[in-house]
Amino acid sequence: MEITAAPMPDTRHVAHHFDDAEQQFVAAELGMWVFLATEVLFFGGVFCGYAIYRFKYAAEFIAGSHRLDVWLGTVNTAVLLTSSLTMALAVHAAQTSRRGALVRNLLLTLLLGAAFLGVKGYEYHHKFEERLVPGRNFRFVAHSAHVPESLQPAKEEKVDPRQVELFFSLYFAMTGLHALHMIIGIGVLAVLIVAAGRGAFSGGYFTPIEMTGLYWHFVDIVWVFLFPLLYLIR
Amino acid sequence: MSFHIVPRSTYFKVFAALVLLLVVTVLAAKVPLGVFNTPIALSIGLVKATLIVLYFMHVRYSPPLVRVFAAGGFLWLAIMFALTFSDVLTRH
Amino acid sequence: MTVQGFAHRNYLNADYRFRSWLWTTDHKRIAILYMISITMFFFVGGAAAVLFRLELMTPRGDLTIAETYNRLFTLHGVIMVFFFLIPSIPAVLGNFLLPMMIGARDLAFPRLNLASWYIFMLGGVMAVGAIIAGGADTGWTFYTPYSSTYTNTNVILMALGVFVAGFSSILTGLNFIVTIHTMRAPGLTWFRLPLFVWAHYATSLIMVLGTPVIAITLLLVVLERGLGIPIFDPKMGGDPLLFQHLFWFYSHPAVYIMILPSMGVISEIVACFARNRVFGYKFIAFSSLAIAVIGFLVWGHHMFVSGQSVYAGMVFSFMSMLVAVPSAIKVFNWTATLHKGAVSLETPMLYALGFIGLFTLGGLTGLFLATLAIDVHVHDTYFVVAHFHYIMVGGAVMGYLGGIHFWWPKMTGRMYPEWWGRLSAGIIFIGFNLTFFPQFVLGYLGMPRRVHEYVEEFQVLNVMSSAGASILGVGYLIPLAYLIWSLRYGPLASANPWGATGLEWQTESPPTTFNFDKTPVVREEAYHYDTGLTEASHSHVL
Repeated sequence: MEITAAPMPDTRHVAHHFDDAEQQFVAAELGMWVFLATEVLFFGGVFCGYAIYRFKYAAEFIAGSHRLDVWLGTVNTAVLLTSSLTMALAVHAAQTSRRGALVRNLLLTLLLGAAFLGVKGYEYHHKFEERLVPGRNFRFVAHSAHVPESLQPAKEEKVDPRQVELFFSLYFAMTGLHALHMIIGIGVLAVLIVAAGRGAFSGGYFTPIEMTGLYWHFVDIVWVFLFPLLYLIR
Repeated sequence: MSFHIVPRSTYFKVFAALVLLLVVTVLAAKVPLGVFNTPIALSIGLVKATLIVLYFMHVRYSPPLVRVFAAGGFLWLAIMFALTFSDVLTRH
Repeated sequence: MTVQGFAHRNYLNADYRFRSWLWTTDHKRIAILYMISITMFFFVGGAAAVLFRLELMTPRGDLTIAETYNRLFTLHGVIMVFFFLIPSIPAVLGNFLLPMMIGARDLAFPRLNLASWYIFMLGGVMAVGAIIAGGADTGWTFYTPYSSTYTNTNVILMALGVFVAGFSSILTGLNFIVTIHTMRAPGLTWFRLPLFVWAHYATSLIMVLGTPVIAITLLLVVLERGLGIPIFDPKMGGDPLLFQHLFWFYSHPAVYIMILPSMGVISEIVACFARNRVFGYKFIAFSSLAIAVIGFLVWGHHMFVSGQSVYAGMVFSFMSMLVAVPSAIKVFNWTATLHKGAVSLETPMLYALGFIGLFTLGGLTGLFLATLAIDVHVHDTYFVVAHFHYIMVGGAVMGYLGGIHFWWPKMTGRMYPEWWGRLSAGIIFIGFNLTFFPQFVLGYLGMPRRVHEYVEEFQVLNVMSSAGASILGVGYLIPLAYLIWSLRYGPLASANPWGATGLEWQTESPPTTFNFDKTPVVREEAYHYDTGLTEASHSHVL
């Protein structure tokens, strides 16, 4: 079912130092993947910290995780996966030179990303009210009215609030970094939407759409791991 | 310049699989499986990530070099985890 | 004295306006921007060294109090490591030469290249700002919990400066990798590439895979210190060794970011001035990659006495021994290249020979330190200081200076004065050894590093070291003076004054903006020197 298309390359975009559009596209694609490899290691550092603390303080991490809203997390994951779909469809629209579909899908991606951030902001706000933001005002009470009885730690199990605070430090560091990447992605999408509306992209030249897509999907992948590690520990 | 256009139907199938896996992972977390809960959640995450990488990010259709770098980042991450845990797991 | 100008249009006289430099995307001009910047940073870091070597003339704290001393060595370490050594050869010589060596008109992403210089300068301004605001006293290693919780100095700004500069390193590495993969001239297969290019490819891999980890680590320190959210704090159950693992995951391979490009330079110089094919080309090429990969498996040898498990210590100790193998292969092969070559001792060759000797000494003492039991004895003493200065100064800086002299005619179109070049190479070699060899002895006798006072029996060796440092300082100032002088008064250089092989010598000196009039086609292996002097070389030097 795969189609190999060879439309006329749009040579207006070939920079002086490249021989042709193909060389330029290959370079951009490779460059983006090298960049994503650096991103894997950038996030990897915090994941490594998470792994060590999770290993050392399993009970506290579970107690902390129970304070996160699984429902909101699930909805947000679905939102983000959908935005990846629309991003992929945007690339398809660019490749097939359908300007309207391209703008529409980019716009949808942007809106879904913004919706994700909105939910995230609501969750942050909630954590702030529950005094679960690490720092001087952090208070963790093992048996809180915010948590249903079934999810509260057993009476005999000792949960050290200091390590619950570590969990929330990592929660905010990881989701915060992720959100920062989303914000950058949304900014790039906004620029692309304007350019796409002016007809900058076609099957002969869609490199920026494809590269932004790679970035967006990567940020999605980070969340695919963050979600079970933060929200679903039992 | 030639490139693969992945048909839209593929994107929709992958998306359906991703949503299905999301449901599975949330449900699996509710089943008490002890130490297996996390490995299962991570395995599902890995499958989802692989689907995204192969289809949404077109690695299935990319030149070998791109695959090497796509795998390279994760390989180096594995090095970081393996050697750090060679300390953490054996510390007294 | 009349000053001759260049007859041809080239990248230097293409446009004289200031903004033509600040907005340039020409890899050669960006290389010059980097060269000026890192030279400034080098002398800032050097000034701190002058001050603490002065302080160490006497056993008591006569010149500085402990707090000032701590800030001085931190300044020295941060500036020299992150703002001089790491960008030195890649960002200057790599930027300038890599596209020419592979027959390309520019790097793959010229605007990204310029951006990386601006990012570098932003990081540098932040670090210098932190210094002016009072400095940091954590050492360049930023160990937690001291850096994150206890010190009252400007850790946040300093760490952010390093964080920002890291992105410049990442972008440079990314640019090199893509350029080498996608932009080689027709006929230029991987095994026809100059070894300089192989070395830079390996270096770029480390930049790309290692630097993000120190970025996130320092960011976490900043978050903990700035926002008070616990991450490494042992009071909260945090693991200070987590910081050290993440820090050294980058910072050990970072040593190879400093030394690998230097090794690439040495391969070029040795082949040219021995007029010989490089012995065991493929071994040198692959040993660069081997160093880059194995270099990521050894970081725990910095943590033998940190509380890391003994088991992990043994694993890391063993791995560290392994990394000596590819390094030794290189030294053997350079030596074999010299064998039966027609060796001539111009300035670049003096630096190259200095490199081989000093790097060997630094590498061998590295084996001492990789041995778990010996490291426990000499850890955190001057033995370590001497060891890594033999690698970083004796190795990386000698390679940088050798490379600058070798390619100076290409970069500027002018010859440097050979007599002065040889003189200062000699002074640097002597000054370097006088500075750092006594430190091996001091360390072995037990003098701890990073302390501004010491017991009286160490004074003689410390005075020797300080005396050496002043000689070394003079040695560095002489090239600064004559290289600047040569920009105006140096004799015009021909396209290929050394009779060297390599595509960069086939274009004019200085090159035109797009390097080549026609894309070159490569038909032979690198280093096709005929053994024995050719008449093309050395004509105006000897």
